[in-house]
Amino acid sequence: MSRKVIVLGETRDSSLRNVSFEAVAAAKTVAEGGEVVGVVFGEAVSEAGKELIHYGADRVIVVENEQLKQYSSDGYTQALMAVIDQENPEGIILGHTSLGKDLAPRLAGKLGSGLISDAIAVEEAGGNIVFTRPIYSGKAFEKRIVTEGIVFATIRPNNIDPLEHDASRSGDVQSLSVDIKDLRTVIKEVLRKATEGVDLSEAKVIVAGGRGVKSAEGFEPLKELADVLGGAVGASRGACDADYCDYALQIGQTGKVVTPDLYIACGISGAIQHLAGMSNSKVIVAINKDPEANIFKVADYGIVGDLFEVVPLLTEEIKALLVKS
Amino acid sequence: MNIYVLLKRTFDTEEKISLSNGRIQEDGAEFIINPYDEYAVEEAIQVRDAQGGEVTVVTVGGEDAEKELRTALAMGADKAVLINIEDDVEDGDQYTTAKILSEYLKEQEVDLIIGGNVAIDGGSGQVGPRVAGLLDIPYVTTVTKLEIDGENVTVTKDVEGDSEIIETSLPLLITAQQGLNEPRYPSLPGIMKAKKKPLEELELDDLDLEEDDVEAKTKSIEIYLPAQKEAGKVLQGEIPDQVKELVQLLRSEAKVI
Repeated sequence: MSRKVIVLGETRDSSLRNVSFEAVAAAKTVAEGGEVVGVVFGEAVSEAGKELIHYGADRVIVVENEQLKQYSSDGYTQALMAVIDQENPEGIILGHTSLGKDLAPRLAGKLGSGLISDAIAVEEAGGNIVFTRPIYSGKAFEKRIVTEGIVFATIRPNNIDPLEHDASRSGDVQSLSVDIKDLRTVIKEVLRKATEGVDLSEAKVIVAGGRGVKSAEGFEPLKELADVLGGAVGASRGACDADYCDYALQIGQTGKVVTPDLYIACGISGAIQHLAGMSNSKVIVAINKDPEANIFKVADYGIVGDLFEVVPLLTEEIKALLVKS
Repeated sequence: MNIYVLLKRTFDTEEKISLSNGRIQEDGAEFIINPYDEYAVEEAIQVRDAQGGEVTVVTVGGEDAEKELRTALAMGADKAVLINIEDDVEDGDQYTTAKILSEYLKEQEVDLIIGGNVAIDGGSGQVGPRVAGLLDIPYVTTVTKLEIDGENVTVTKDVEGDSEIIETSLPLLITAQQGLNEPRYPSLPGIMKAKKKPLEELELDDLDLEEDDVEAKTKSIEIYLPAQKEAGKVLQGEIPDQVKELVQLLRSEAKVI
């Protein structure tokens, strides 16, 4: 059964985050031949809107308003409700990002609809749109469907492939004017604590440090390795608790959940709570002095050794390999 | 100040998950207050101690949730409410829980509602924002700092590593992120006092709700465990050789570099 599905693109510094294109791909599945309408909010976002079409959206609605330059629940709810009122969609897809986690449930509450959060896959099966999502911090998975009303879901970044980019694809970019007012939460200041570069939740390669890193300086060799691989640096809770790094790097049950292609765990013992955050990585490498460390049970490859000896050597080897290629 | 805490009972973080008849096996499992909801209870107690008022902890669930409510009371909450849906609702979802909570809360005098930002079992983090949406009050999720000055509130929100300083006002709903505070352990005197603190039990009837009003809009059709990973290779030999071998394997076997 075909559906009209809207996709909220998410901008970061005037371009769209990758998850927006992944969301378009997911929306195509939900639409089952119906129209996929991209939606972008902010200031001067028409160009960004066109990218949604290049990644598969049939047309785009742009709400340009200074009040939408920064995310606020009230602002984005008003804008998205205006789009919903105009379009009457049968499906809505957002990325499961800070914005998506904040906005989607509030909107679902307002619409009185169901919402399936943090989907890692979406497929048509047996007459339903079936979403697969992790539960119990990734120790199990469930397949979930909407039984009534709008098919509303958020998708986990880095899990659903976007469609092939096609710059020749065209579609209408329509403007919608929305009066945004009475914002009850106002951002006064943004403190960018996150390190420059790759976002952990979208990183294809992560080099993570645990208590074995022993100090803040101990992260330096890991940073170098991450740089050579074009990846991000992460950490276990142990390292964060010991003040070797900021909590922004924490991966685990009460930190970030990541699904990179390559996860290199350095000096991480592999407690269940940490595994919950990274066990769905495609390939896991463990480097630890302790041959009994739990991390070796989930690692595809392991080196029993001192990370301060292994990591710099690994960096050199990979540099050499990349130069040759 | 009238402060409400939304609390959920979840498996302990150490629990291994097993299935029985396609459902998560609960027998023999250890249950705890959802770790993020602990931050919520602690914050509520600290706000009450600073500003005066009362902390009521609310949960939607079954008889067993009384244990977690008593723990929250032992930490220092003043009252607890169990909305017992065991007999009325089968397989509710977040629509169900939020509808029930908001029906209860809209009859109360509410200044501040605090919940955990996500439950470690369901992992969807929907209930807080849904309830705020249904009550039409402002909300901020993933809060790492809360400062209340009269009706003015300043919150620090964790946004994927960045921090946003946000100004808002009461009544307000916030969801707690790790780092908001250090939850206290219930003390022995606290545990004793908790036995005498009021724990009210309500059912759907008491909220003028029918089962149809709260019926889930989504359904789980299958639950499965991840495939057992094949044992990995722990490399052997001199470290420099192991490193060379690893790089070879990552390129030619794993194909990730």
